[in-house]
Amino acid sequence: MSAAATSVSPGSARFARYFIYATLVIFALIYLLPLFVMIITSLKPLDEIRSGNMLALPQAPSLDAWFKAWGTACVGVNCTGISGYFWNSIKMVIPAVAISTILGALNGYVLTKWRFPGHKLVFGMMLFACFIPFQAVLIPMARVLGEIGLSNTTAGLVLVHVVYGLGFTTLFFRNYYEAFPDELIKAAQMDGAGFFKIFWRILLPSSGPIIVVTVIYQFTNIWNDFLFGVSFASGGGAPMTVALNNLVSSSTGVKEYNVDMAAAMFAALPTLIVYVVAGRYFVRGLMAGAVKG
Amino acid sequence: MAFLEIRDLYKTIAGADILKGIDITLDKGGFLVLVGPSGCGKSTLLNTVAGLTDVTKGDIVIDGEIVNDLHPSKRDIAMVFQSYALYPNMTVEGNIAFALEMRGVPKSERDEAVRAAAKTLQIEHLLKRRPSQLSGGQRQRVAMGRALVRKPRVFLFDEPLSNLDAKLRVEMRAEIKRLHRDTGATIVYVTHDQIEAMTMATKIAVLKEGIVQQVGSPEEIYRRPANLFVADFMGSPAMNLLEGKVVTNGAERAIEFAGSGSDGPIRLAMPSSVRETTFVDGQSVILGIRPEAITDRGLTDPEATTVSIVDALVDLVEPTGSDTFVVTKIAGKEITARVRSDVDARAGETFQFAFNLDKAVVFDPKTTKRLA
Ligand SMILES: Nc1ncnc2c1ncn2[C@@H]1O[C@H](COP(=O)(O)OP(=O)(O)OP(=O)(O)O)[C@@H](O)[C@H]1O
Ligand SMILES: [Mg+2]
Repeated sequence: MSAAATSVSPGSARFARYFIYATLVIFALIYLLPLFVMIITSLKPLDEIRSGNMLALPQAPSLDAWFKAWGTACVGVNCTGISGYFWNSIKMVIPAVAISTILGALNGYVLTKWRFPGHKLVFGMMLFACFIPFQAVLIPMARVLGEIGLSNTTAGLVLVHVVYGLGFTTLFFRNYYEAFPDELIKAAQMDGAGFFKIFWRILLPSSGPIIVVTVIYQFTNIWNDFLFGVSFASGGGAPMTVALNNLVSSSTGVKEYNVDMAAAMFAALPTLIVYVVAGRYFVRGLMAGAVKG
Repeated sequence: MAFLEIRDLYKTIAGADILKGIDITLDKGGFLVLVGPSGCGKSTLLNTVAGLTDVTKGDIVIDGEIVNDLHPSKRDIAMVFQSYALYPNMTVEGNIAFALEMRGVPKSERDEAVRAAAKTLQIEHLLKRRPSQLSGGQRQRVAMGRALVRKPRVFLFDEPLSNLDAKLRVEMRAEIKRLHRDTGATIVYVTHDQIEAMTMATKIAVLKEGIVQQVGSPEEIYRRPANLFVADFMGSPAMNLLEGKVVTNGAERAIEFAGSGSDGPIRLAMPSSVRETTFVDGQSVILGIRPEAITDRGLTDPEATTVSIVDALVDLVEPTGSDTFVVTKIAGKEITARVRSDVDARAGETFQFAFNLDKAVVFDPKTTKRLA
């Protein structure tokens, strides 16, 4: 980059820079456009949507569609809005993310600092779990859930997501802890700290970046999951994504685009918030992993 | 009775024998230094004493008790690691107090102990900082504080000074020595810096490829190395090692070396250390003599009983300030002599070297062992 800049005249170097920025801005706009359309559509009344331009700003913005989506829109046959399903998703995502992250951290800790014969094989198999497609596990998983009596429950969904996410969270933490000095563990052992004390007092406090990466990754995946949700928890226990689909495809009368958009915004909001709050650490954590290899 | 005993210790890692029958004892309050080239097993030995790796065969005995199966935290041993291994998420205070906290010592006592340790090491002003905000020397002190605060039976140090610059290293060396004197602690210390070994140890063990080559006081190791490896390894510049043949010189025996170039052979009197040894004519031997035992004539020890004077061509002159190293060649090998700094020795000229053979040793080239 700098070599190229020195070989050409300052004027054309500046032009190149503007060109790059302009390109970036254009692509950013293209990516933001759907969000923009969603938001303005959700703020318009139906007439205005049907008659007007898709990109036009609302003449009289109102949150009516948002309230309707939340409280009174019909999902399938129940006309109680998506609020119940939103809470279903929350009740699913929080335990699933927490459990899979903690277990992943423990796995990573054991696989790097308390190695046992065959640890490579175990890690290899967990890695393999990352590559198994969703579709392949559907039927066995349904059987298992049926056997243990968790079909169509949020707890069942939590279990599915924890099991499926474990490969990824283990991979994240193992690679992070691989670079963590063994001598610290030895020192803590000599100081009299046991297995969990070392984990809790020495390792976890130094794991901030990788925890953020894992939480964001798991949160987005689990929150946005549709297939597991639709397969294992239909009806009243369905998560947000499934409810959104049902809402949009409920064919009672006219299509209420503004309500659909508002509901979609509700579905997207949590992941958006997580990114805004923790995105900085996400990038930093990914970089740290990349450098340490 | 010995306080720390390592008995016939073997350690195999992944099929490779790393330690092969180590036998070392150390008295209470002793300072044992383990030296040896990189990869000879020093850290492994230290780890087995600490209990961080288990032994394949043999015993570790502390104060009469076999501790092989005792967990590291139950051995009452503290260790200072080469990387210091300070807990990055805790303050200096937290680091030093951690071991006490794990042992359930009440907070007030802990604070007291931390303060005392910090005072000894002059790090009281650093207690609230984190390790990342400390210099190398300060980290080193904190690592020592963490060991000190526990008042363990045995201290283990694994190359604690190797990450410090030369000046700081000398300072910390003196500090550790003082600490040892003041506390009467029993210490095992790993280094491959032989000056550290010589200045601090009450006992040195030289290791090579997992085998103890010699155990003894620094003086013994330096004056009477057990074999060629120890002779070459300890001392800087290294001991001069010359291969020659035993000849009869009148009534006396002597060692003859091939001269360099057109010079005739050089004869040195038989060193005093092997007066009683029987040799046969023509037997090959290796003479070992430290640079400070080869001097200019004026510096010769007046007490010396066996001195040989040799004229040889000077190859190189290296003044160090306090004295000068003069390099010459005998029997095709470079020989370093240590002469007074004001002696007029010039490269390319002949110089008279005085060999003090009271301070020389003789090795058998076949077994590489020292002949007594
Ligand atoms: N986990 C391991 N697996 C296989 N070999 C090992 C392992 N740990 C140590 N070794 C081998 O054991 C030998 C001794 O290692 P050790 O760390 O004790 O050497 P050292 O004397 O402390 O060296 P240095 O002065 O470089 O620290 C080395 O040859 C090393 O390759
Ligand atoms: Mg080592």
